[in-house]
Amino acid sequence: MNIHEYQAKQLLRRYGVPVPRGDVAHNPAEAETIAEELDGPVWVVKAQIHAGGRGKAGGVKICRSVKEVVASADKMLGSRLVTHQTGPQGKEVKKVYIEQGSDIARELYVAQLIDRATGGVAVIASTEGGMDIEEVAENHPDKIIRLSLPPATPMRAFQARNIAFQLDLKEREVHKFVRLLMAMNKAFRDLDATLVEINPLVVTKSNRLIALDCKMTFDENALFRHHDVMEMRDVDEMDPLELEASRHDLNYVKLEGDIGCMVNGAGLAMATMDIIQHYGGEPANFMDIAGAATKERVACAFKLIFNDPGVKGILVNVFGGMMRCNSIAEGIVGAAREVGLDRPLVVRLEGTNVELGRKILQESGLPIITATTLSDAAGKIVHAVQGRA
Amino acid sequence: MSILVNKATKVICQGFTGTQGTFHSQQAIEYGTNMVGGVTPGKGGSQHLGLPVFNTVLEARAKTGCDASIIYVPPIYAMDSIMEAIDAGIEVIVAVTDGVPVQDMARIKKELKYSKSRMIGPNCPGVITPDECKMGIMPGYVHKPGRIGIVSRSGTLSYEAATQTTAVGIGQSTVVGIGGDPVNGSNFVDILELFLADDHTDAIIMIGEIGGTPEIDAAEFLKRSKRKKPVVGFSAGRAAPPGRRMGHAGAIVSGGGESAAEKIEALRSAGIIITPSPAELGSTMLQALGKAAA
Repeated sequence: MNIHEYQAKQLLRRYGVPVPRGDVAHNPAEAETIAEELDGPVWVVKAQIHAGGRGKAGGVKICRSVKEVVASADKMLGSRLVTHQTGPQGKEVKKVYIEQGSDIARELYVAQLIDRATGGVAVIASTEGGMDIEEVAENHPDKIIRLSLPPATPMRAFQARNIAFQLDLKEREVHKFVRLLMAMNKAFRDLDATLVEINPLVVTKSNRLIALDCKMTFDENALFRHHDVMEMRDVDEMDPLELEASRHDLNYVKLEGDIGCMVNGAGLAMATMDIIQHYGGEPANFMDIAGAATKERVACAFKLIFNDPGVKGILVNVFGGMMRCNSIAEGIVGAAREVGLDRPLVVRLEGTNVELGRKILQESGLPIITATTLSDAAGKIVHAVQGRA
Repeated sequence: MSILVNKATKVICQGFTGTQGTFHSQQAIEYGTNMVGGVTPGKGGSQHLGLPVFNTVLEARAKTGCDASIIYVPPIYAMDSIMEAIDAGIEVIVAVTDGVPVQDMARIKKELKYSKSRMIGPNCPGVITPDECKMGIMPGYVHKPGRIGIVSRSGTLSYEAATQTTAVGIGQSTVVGIGGDPVNGSNFVDILELFLADDHTDAIIMIGEIGGTPEIDAAEFLKRSKRKKPVVGFSAGRAAPPGRRMGHAGAIVSGGGESAAEKIEALRSAGIIITPSPAELGSTMLQALGKAAA
């Protein structure tokens, strides 16, 4: 789960990570009040959307007067910001963050994330802050400092010190950096984060360290023990169809193609998308109805895909293990009757209770095209959809 | 022979009397798995599906001599149940549970390091040695005893691989679903090591997906390994856009080496035969075996 920059700063501040003074504004009047409370002479107005690359897209403005802050906030609020991470349609800016400017001497990069190979936390640091870290890793791999902490073990001061010296910090900056990195690690562990990134971490001319921009993401599976984090979820940032799907415990991702897919299991769902492409089609979505779906959830998933106007045909591919084929078939038949089947539907069922499932499809009287194997199913739906085009 | 489990393996189920535990234990018993009991705290002393129920894994271990446990408990209790099985010295622990927090798995990894237990999962279908032992939720009937080892991150794609190898008549020694989470008990390398050492496994199918780099680690391991067996590989998620999580908590392309194309390239460079389509796992394996025999 993602949160906004201002929320990440609130959380990190609680753990003792120094962040600039600031507050969030929903309209220009609020922006004015906040700017007046902060000391000048420099303010920064930052669009709050769940996407990186805001700076280049005009979502970060440095202002030299309260008037300028109000004007920038007014311009940003309600506009659609298009960055390399938002897609061409961009994201509407509903909130801006106003904060005090900093006198920057150096810009560093630090991040902590799950080290998938060990289960521990990986710490990444670089002297090249304020830039896209993937580019730095690509072009100057020597400028990336890495450290892997053993699983379920807090960071030790010496580990933070090792990084501090590699970053060439001055003597009076080192202990501040150690405190910051350890606070960041504590926040990471306490809150079940999957990523905490500070970019840039600035060193000011007066040797202070400040987290100028922060990003945090969280383990969805651990949200049950972090109600305060869960409350930070901003539903405005989610695709409405994806939001509707998540309410029913369906894993759905909207894509660009025209063949709707409904599959059980994430791997099979991805493979189904792959094989549709292999046969010359394009998937309209990723949909994993997950292991223990009921016929109600199957019906809901079916309707969700069906209601996407971009979908010209649907492929259902279910290999039942935990999931029983008769429930799938009942769900599909019920939903198809309800919506009126006006587009081709190919169904491939296999696994637990498959005979029962196939029987339900056959006896429904609906024009369902059945398939026996993965390639058979993909071939049939691509043919059906492209035959219509 | 096989890896991890066979007909002599004495299996218990944690979460035995719950809905999932009941349904899948029933299926396992019908399949012929040597189930010897189950654990549900507070229901010790009773009988379920004709087998004894125990309050603790320690008690189950002492009374039945079980050496494997299949876990069907909700995610918030999963860490505790897995730790309990490790503490009782269970050798093979399979956790089917989907939704275990990553940091809980980190704590489990730490415990596993100092134990004799091997853990498969979480968020996986389990392990099956055809006609001998079914520990998990996979449909038993698509499997057939044979000499192909299958290891997969995705559950449903392991069913595909089993169905296809059964259809072409070669069958499986053991099928292992390692699970779709970012941090899991066993990875490709752990299972490949077992298959390479198993005299009854002639060739291996390995099915990866986007996210993380366990496939790259596997490719490097296979390159270095002195023992060689034909390996057929597939990596799902070519059609998936980067930065979007594809259902599995682990299936998201977020850095170098994590895309399907990069994985396929690494696997190919390690001498692994790549199938162009997930529908050709069986036929590609048949060809690979033909070449190896010729």
